Amino acid sequence: MSLSVRLQHSLPGISLDLSFDAPPGVTVLFGRSGSGKTTIVNAAAGLLRPEAGRMAIDDWVLFDTEKNRWLPPHRRRLGYIFQEGRLFPHLTVRQNLAYGRWFAPRASRREDPGKVVEMLGIGHLLDRRPALLSGGEKQRVAIGRALLASPRLILADEPLASLDAARKAEILPYFERLRDEISVPVLYVTHSADEVARLATSVVVLNDGKVQRHGPASEVLSDPSVAPAGVRAIGAVLQVRVAAHHSDGLTQLDAGGACLFLPRIPHRVGETLRIRIPAQEVILSLAKPQGLSALNILEGTVEAIRSGDGPGAIVSVRSAAGVVLARVTRRSVSALGLKEGQRCHAVIKTVALSPQNVGGHIPEGASGG
Amino acid sequence: MDWLGPAETEALRLSLRVSLCATLVTLPFGVFVAYALARWRFPGRQILNGLVHLPLILPPVVTGYLLLMTFGVQGPLGKALAELGIVVAFRWTGAALAAGIMAFPLMVRAIRLSIEAVDPRLEQAGATLGASRPMVFATVTLPMIVPGIIAGAILAFAKAMGEFGATITFVSNIPGQTQTLPSAVYAFLQVPGGEAAATRLVIISIIVAMSALLLSEWVGRRAAARVAGS
Repeated sequence: MSLSVRLQHSLPGISLDLSFDAPPGVTVLFGRSGSGKTTIVNAAAGLLRPEAGRMAIDDWVLFDTEKNRWLPPHRRRLGYIFQEGRLFPHLTVRQNLAYGRWFAPRASRREDPGKVVEMLGIGHLLDRRPALLSGGEKQRVAIGRALLASPRLILADEPLASLDAARKAEILPYFERLRDEISVPVLYVTHSADEVARLATSVVVLNDGKVQRHGPASEVLSDPSVAPAGVRAIGAVLQVRVAAHHSDGLTQLDAGGACLFLPRIPHRVGETLRIRIPAQEVILSLAKPQGLSALNILEGTVEAIRSGDGPGAIVSVRSAAGVVLARVTRRSVSALGLKEGQRCHAVIKTVALSPQNVGGHIPEGASGG
Repeated sequence: MDWLGPAETEALRLSLRVSLCATLVTLPFGVFVAYALARWRFPGRQILNGLVHLPLILPPVVTGYLLLMTFGVQGPLGKALAELGIVVAFRWTGAALAAGIMAFPLMVRAIRLSIEAVDPRLEQAGATLGASRPMVFATVTLPMIVPGIIAGAILAFAKAMGEFGATITFVSNIPGQTQTLPSAVYAFLQVPGGEAAATRLVIISIIVAMSALLLSEWVGRRAAARVAGS
């Protein structure tokens, strides 16, 4: 199943005009606030009537303004995970979970409630009311409620935005499992580069109501010309393999033959992962650094240098591990005499590679882009 | 109720019957009108709002007179109803009609407030999970406004128990037919030596009104606590 989107709509301050396809897996709508992400999701849900456009899941039309077709929200077979959870306060967790399932056609109830409850770890909460749940628990129940409606399309509108970092880390793995275990398209709205790096099968970058870029996460995030969430969000995404766990609390990764160290992560040795390296955590050096506390040094050649409006520049360095981005000052670029084709070393502090930047492997061949 | 005379007992009984009937019959309309005013945007919404509130603002005697002109034996609606065998003029049903109309604004206000307190985003969530509009109302909105509905009903009941001006204008003050509790108090005060009976009815009025208020507060708090999840 795949979702096709074509949309034109004017809002105060922004007019949307875009189209893209969302294949099975997680398609992240990425952009700064006010770029029209939520409008797209609400149009898919039927909570907003766009001026013109068409959305369909394969041949099943959700709306088509040209043919004057409009499916009301309750007939769209959705699983909408809202930012604020929106659990029904007068129902218990068990009743909340059963709500969407009750309205789903009998033949299509494919999710087993027991399994979903187990996957989300909410078995001990079933008899409670939402008011007594923590933010993270609420969001897990909201995910379960959406899943048990046996949806043909899952919508998630910044589902982690209202949670603190610890709760985010608690929920993200559930979205990873969702992506890997179900076969319906997921539209996921966020402005967090970490979430994109971990979850996205493909990324649609929105800017000013238009699709600025659409492609696999590693390509889009590594492209310094795309900085929808600001320069701080720029960072390369590398494919790595867990090589070893060391007794001093570090995990060793193998990135195309190069070695990377980071604080211990829970993944098994041999597992393939994606890791995001924020550009502002990378230092460049012409000579191989000696007597440095940083453990991660990748050797490569400068592929491109892009200067922004401010004092900074983004340097792309191709190494054995893949392209690494470094955010340095223009002054450093001229002081080092950096130019394309030059050999240099990218230095990454070990603690800058936090487990939050690590996500499970995603087969990117499946993505449209 | 040995300490009450037969006329007083009759008045109390009649008042309870009139008020209960007025409350129960108007309740579904009250919920519907409150929902329409709270959630729908339609032409004439302000006019409907004004009409609903009119009995609260008009002198009760004016409302009673309008009822008499409309539902009286010679009134257009009164004639039509009479052909169907329903006579409201100078009957207890007329007293119930007057009480219901006078209590309607209070009922609608209480229910409307509780509907406006329901987050429409929860209703949206219900729709995305496959519930049609009537189902969303039945499974999300209605359970959450139960406290408001109960509070509105109790308030309307208390108001109906106390209704005097419109009732006496519309259906007069016939013992056993239309002489409700306030009408009886008024009647007893018109005859010499009636003060004792009037005082007893006044005490009963105070008890009924206070109980209704306390009950509606208690029900509202309990239901609100249940929704809040404790």
